[in-house]
Amino acid sequence: MLNYLWGFMILAGMLWGASNDSLEAVTQELLDSAAGAVSLGIVMVGIMSFWCGILEIGKRAGLIDWLAEKLGPVLTFLFPDLEKDHPARLPIAVNMVANMLGLGMAATPAGLEAMRLLQQDETLSVNKNTASNAMCTFLIINISSLQLVPISMIAYRSQYGSENPARILGPALFATACSTLAAVIFCKLMEIGKAVSRK
Amino acid sequence: MIQWISNMLVPLLVSYIVGFGLLSKRPVFDDFLAGAKEGMRMVAGILPTLIGLMTAVGVMRASGFLDAVSGYLSGPASWLHLPAPLIPLTLVRLVSNSAATGLALDIFARYGPDSFLGMAASVMMSSTETVFYCISIYFGSVHVTKTRYVLPGALFATAAGIAASIYMAFFTK
Repeated sequence: MLNYLWGFMILAGMLWGASNDSLEAVTQELLDSAAGAVSLGIVMVGIMSFWCGILEIGKRAGLIDWLAEKLGPVLTFLFPDLEKDHPARLPIAVNMVANMLGLGMAATPAGLEAMRLLQQDETLSVNKNTASNAMCTFLIINISSLQLVPISMIAYRSQYGSENPARILGPALFATACSTLAAVIFCKLMEIGKAVSRK
Repeated sequence: MIQWISNMLVPLLVSYIVGFGLLSKRPVFDDFLAGAKEGMRMVAGILPTLIGLMTAVGVMRASGFLDAVSGYLSGPASWLHLPAPLIPLTLVRLVSNSAATGLALDIFARYGPDSFLGMAASVMMSSTETVFYCISIYFGSVHVTKTRYVLPGALFATAAGIAASIYMAFFTK
């Protein structure tokens, strides 16, 4: 996907530049952006290393599992099809907690594991190729974004001279809550509407 | 209130996690160092992507292509109450996180990260996900082809996030 997108961006820019006689500016910008990306990377190293260090403390102290356990009632509400001891509940909770903390690398494996376990449960879906309600809810909530601290965005903002890079935290939390709430409402409405899909 | 959350969130989380580590009798500084090393490796890993996409966005902007696209789309955009410069970002956001980051950085460079557009872009990037990418990764991994209501649901949630971002940008500016 990114191969086509990137190729398109480069070629569209070049061709547009050629037809509008702005190729000189294009060349200049190309050099400037490449250099700019590296200085951005240097700022990123500082902020991301600190943040990853902090998160590693939490991870090694068992924070993810501890929080995932606390998520129990939420899971029961979101996934009424899953029994209390359903094997997919743990990876779902770990995925959600890791997403909240912004640990993308811990979130994806748990998420894939959750999908696999949800698929194995044949009581959930009509057949293996069809998404079950639980899968739909899991993915929609996942995509609605759960991240509490968008740390890389703060790093970018600080590199671009923001007076207060962290000013987005409150607004981002509110917007994330809105999108997640929208996701939950949507899933619940679909569950009521299409309850028949369950065997 | 919103401002207060912004100021409190990082100190609160950091002290909570460090405290949690100490209470669990962990060597917190050693754990920190291990994570920080991982963080450095991560940034080094994404740096080539950043260079590739920032130059691509730079080329699109310097050639005037980006402005032309925003110009064409400003009609439907104003109907949706979406500022034209945010249109390319919104569309790319659905497909690629790193390409969207490139566009957001371009908005920072042009309008400033604290401007209305800069705030809207920051919050939007923070409260949405790469819809099509996530769906293909997760469903692809288990070969589910009938995705039922996932796409409309994900787009609905994303639209809510974008609307909230623009509202918050107006509100906090």
